[in-house]
Amino acid sequence: MSESLSASAAAKPSLAHASTGATGLARRIIPCLDVRDGQVVKGVQFRDHRVMGEIVDLARRYSEEGADELVFYDITASPEGRSVDHDWVSRVAEVIDIPFCVAGGIRSVEDARRILRAGADKVSINTPAVRDPDLVDALADAFGSQCVVVGIDSIVQDGAWTTRQMTGNPDTMEHTGLQTLAWIEGVVRRGAGEIVLNCMGSDGTRDGYDLEQLAAARAVCQVPLIASGGAGEARHFTEVFAAADVDGALAATVFHSGALPIPELKATLAAAGVSVRPC
Amino acid sequence: MSLAIIDSGGANIASVRFALQRLGAESVFTADPDVIRTADRVILPGVGAAAAAMHHLRARGLVECIRTLTQPVLGICLGMQLLFDSSEEGDVDCLGLIPGRLRRFPGAPGLRVPHMGWNHAEPAKDDPLLDALGREPWFYFVHSYYAPVGEHTLAACRHGIEFSALVRQGNFRGAQFHPERSARDGSQVLKNFLEAA
Repeated sequence: MSESLSASAAAKPSLAHASTGATGLARRIIPCLDVRDGQVVKGVQFRDHRVMGEIVDLARRYSEEGADELVFYDITASPEGRSVDHDWVSRVAEVIDIPFCVAGGIRSVEDARRILRAGADKVSINTPAVRDPDLVDALADAFGSQCVVVGIDSIVQDGAWTTRQMTGNPDTMEHTGLQTLAWIEGVVRRGAGEIVLNCMGSDGTRDGYDLEQLAAARAVCQVPLIASGGAGEARHFTEVFAAADVDGALAATVFHSGALPIPELKATLAAAGVSVRPC
Repeated sequence: MSLAIIDSGGANIASVRFALQRLGAESVFTADPDVIRTADRVILPGVGAAAAAMHHLRARGLVECIRTLTQPVLGICLGMQLLFDSSEEGDVDCLGLIPGRLRRFPGAPGLRVPHMGWNHAEPAKDDPLLDALGREPWFYFVHSYYAPVGEHTLAACRHGIEFSALVRQGNFRGAQFHPERSARDGSQVLKNFLEAA
């Protein structure tokens, strides 16, 4: 499979990473597992969470299927004022051999240290970064930028992309007053090593990623950028890599439901000339 | 077989230990020079900055210990970088076991820094560390500084410029990528290291 993927990538270099072909980096396919009470759940536009399966079972399945990375969001953590229970972090680290990132309720360097010690490769902060932007600097100083992901929930408001916080629970969700693009530039200056931009307007709709917003984010984001929100079929992934030049694409329901097996997605991407790691 | 993982001050040791366990190898995490000297295999991991890691090794009296090891040693990520002469990161002298200086990726549109994600390496010479990897192994990288390609390069990789993905100088081996997080190909590198003569 490896050779056919390379051949098709060479034939259509326009979608290879860094259109010059100067890097061999693959675009990353990242299943996102929203975790609540030790189980993987998924809602539509952040509401009505349904149980999708056990954390470790799903982690192993995606690792074996060819996912490039996993993200675990403990969506209950911030609203309830508690940190991620890291027992499952260690159980995930034991069984999978691809990188994974943990998000949810990480408010201090010590919170992050516990999760990295348990075996996570990165931590992602969202609401705590909005409340205390210095936390981004502190995490980057303590562990290096490569461990520090900033997650951003963004939605159009009054004609501008603005960020929201406390998005795990509709009752506690708040506006932050932050403009999304300026916030991206700010956290990257502070040491964020990667940005996950979740476009709330498209999240859960399965109508495709928010290409316009992601392309605008790409233009101001010098570190890896991961698209989130709206994937419903393979075509949406091809589009987001082509139109927004993102480094990775994150999705949940389309993978959890079995609608789009990762080997099939990667074959489609490779045929379209996108550089992917063979499954 | 005894296997020592050197405490180089980084936070993420669990994933390396788990990867070795999946291959049936138990390890000890230690900063004790006697334990390190007498181990059959030694792994030098590392996450963070070169200057902080060298400071940590010096403070624990481990620099000479590591420099004089004769058994197979594997540096991982920053641990590989520390095997070189020096690094531009904090302008620091490293262990001086492999000639060369680590430099920062210049970055450019489409060439994000850190170099983060899966990239494929191209074997540059025959070595048991490359056994059963095929012609295009894929590995997971996370780094902002790179080791230039040289005599010691076993496999090279490209991100704007070509750099060393796997290196070897005598008993000292190094992987710029994270073998513990590089699926089948990474696991194969660890297996090859455990089986090294």
